Amino acid sequence: MPNSVRVLQISLRRRVMDRFMTALAALTVLLVLLPLGAIFAYLLYRGFGSISWAFLTQIPKPVGEAGGGMANGIVGTVLILGIASVMGVPLGIGAGIYLSEYGQNRFGDLVRFVADVMNGVPSIVIGIVAYGLVVLRQKHFSAIAGGVALAIMMVPTITRTTEQMLLLVPHALREAAYGLGVPRWRTTLSITLRTATSGVVTGIMLAFARVAGETAPLLFTAFGNQFWNLHANQPTAALSLQIFNYAISPFDEWHRQAWAGALVLIVLIVAAVSAVRIAVSRGTLAGVR
Amino acid sequence: MGVEIKVEKINAWYGKTQALFDIDLDVLANHATALIGPSGCGKSTFIRCLNRMHETLPGARVTGRVQIGDLDIYKGTSATQLRRRVGMVFQKPNPFPSMSIYDNVAAGLKLNGFSNRKQTDEIVETALKSSALWDEVKDSLHKQSGASLSGGQQQRLCIARALAVQPEVLLMDEPCSALDPISTGKVEELIFQLKSKYTIVIVTHNMQQAGRVAEFTGFFLLGRMIEFDKTERIFTNPSDKRTEDYVTGRFG
Ligand SMILES: Nc1ncnc2c1ncn2[C@@H]1O[C@H](COP(=O)(O)OP(=O)(O)O)[C@@H](O)[C@H]1O
Ligand SMILES: [Mg+2]
Repeated sequence: MPNSVRVLQISLRRRVMDRFMTALAALTVLLVLLPLGAIFAYLLYRGFGSISWAFLTQIPKPVGEAGGGMANGIVGTVLILGIASVMGVPLGIGAGIYLSEYGQNRFGDLVRFVADVMNGVPSIVIGIVAYGLVVLRQKHFSAIAGGVALAIMMVPTITRTTEQMLLLVPHALREAAYGLGVPRWRTTLSITLRTATSGVVTGIMLAFARVAGETAPLLFTAFGNQFWNLHANQPTAALSLQIFNYAISPFDEWHRQAWAGALVLIVLIVAAVSAVRIAVSRGTLAGVR
Repeated sequence: MGVEIKVEKINAWYGKTQALFDIDLDVLANHATALIGPSGCGKSTFIRCLNRMHETLPGARVTGRVQIGDLDIYKGTSATQLRRRVGMVFQKPNPFPSMSIYDNVAAGLKLNGFSNRKQTDEIVETALKSSALWDEVKDSLHKQSGASLSGGQQQRLCIARALAVQPEVLLMDEPCSALDPISTGKVEELIFQLKSKYTIVIVTHNMQQAGRVAEFTGFFLLGRMIEFDKTERIFTNPSDKRTEDYVTGRFG
């Protein structure tokens, strides 16, 4: 066979293979997106009809009365997630920095092990821990207690992803900074962490999205509240709790509201994650991932 | 202005393995001194002892005395203080990818707490002009990431970054080994000009390069400095047989 023909044949086979693999990859993407799309579509179908201005701005009506909404739950969820993030994000990033920059020792291994185990602890158990740590001491439920429970859940994820992302930053960049006379702590914050920003933020968003819909850890920490409450130190409503309570109730009206609440919760999470993503990509330059 | 460097009996280790043995060296101010030798002979280790970068590696250790200008670097100063006076350019260009071209050059100033905008602007411009990069990047200083430049431009950016801190000594570890011939030519030209303001120590395993840029050359072998002399002498009439074998290409 002449050489040129052979080359042609190989390239034909390669092209077919290339197409096939690309199609396969596209198919897997579809398979991954399908459940997400299905959930969202079903939520829209069941919940969208019950979303109204009243639903978004009013608190629940007493049993038997029609109308009312989950405004207190929306605000409570934002409050609890805010508290959880304020506590969990710096702690997680700090621990991640420790592990990647200073943690090549036995203690570091221990921290890694604990973080990995904590990632696997059922959320209800974390709720009990927060109940013991905060609620029993304060003798009342509160958004703070709920925030603590969710923060405890966020920390291990953020810690481990931050560590991984910082380890991906080439050592050469740290050396470049040392070579300019930049102290180590400053190098860590301004070079290593900054270079890894987008990865670290992804980790934070993962942790955030994971706890945003948690119900079990809030059952006996934030507890829920049928009324308006903006005090972090009082029992506080949360969308997830309200969805749970309404879904197991015997009333059709509440079932409809539970669907609507679920839809609002998902939209809130997607909006928060997207907003952070956009903010981060705004802050980066052309030519930077 | 450049300052002279006096090295006395430097020994260096990686854990238990000794990489440098009793190195003595005098480097003249405002000249370029080249270090040559086969791979693994300790050139990088040595040059990293001159700005105390060696000790940042886990298990690494140095003994001996290095005097840079009026500074006894292992006694009279902190490593960070020293490194502001002794700049370094690495083998692989390593601009900060999350920073603009401007911020890369200004990094040494900003990260060390210097915050005068106007002066920083001037220093950045001067540094980029000194490294012959200004004309190529002056329109995209703030828009473009340092990492989006070509390899040769990145290395000149790294040189500008080192110059912006206004050091007295510039250490260069094979600064052209990752560059194409044209970029290499530019960087060599640059080194030649920078000598008037800085003392330069350059590691290279390209002997022609040593011949082109450096007045003095030291030949390293297996962690020892075998011979140190005027570059011309090293290449034409070395006194040690091993140096001769190396420069005539019989090994290495
Ligand atoms: N990080 C390190 N850990 C252990 N040994 C090292 C390290 N870096 C270099 N060495 C060893 O030290 C010796 C000198 O290396 P180096 O200074 O990099 O040589 P050169 O720059 O001349 O090629 C070599 O034997 C090398 O294997
Ligand atoms: Mg080397």
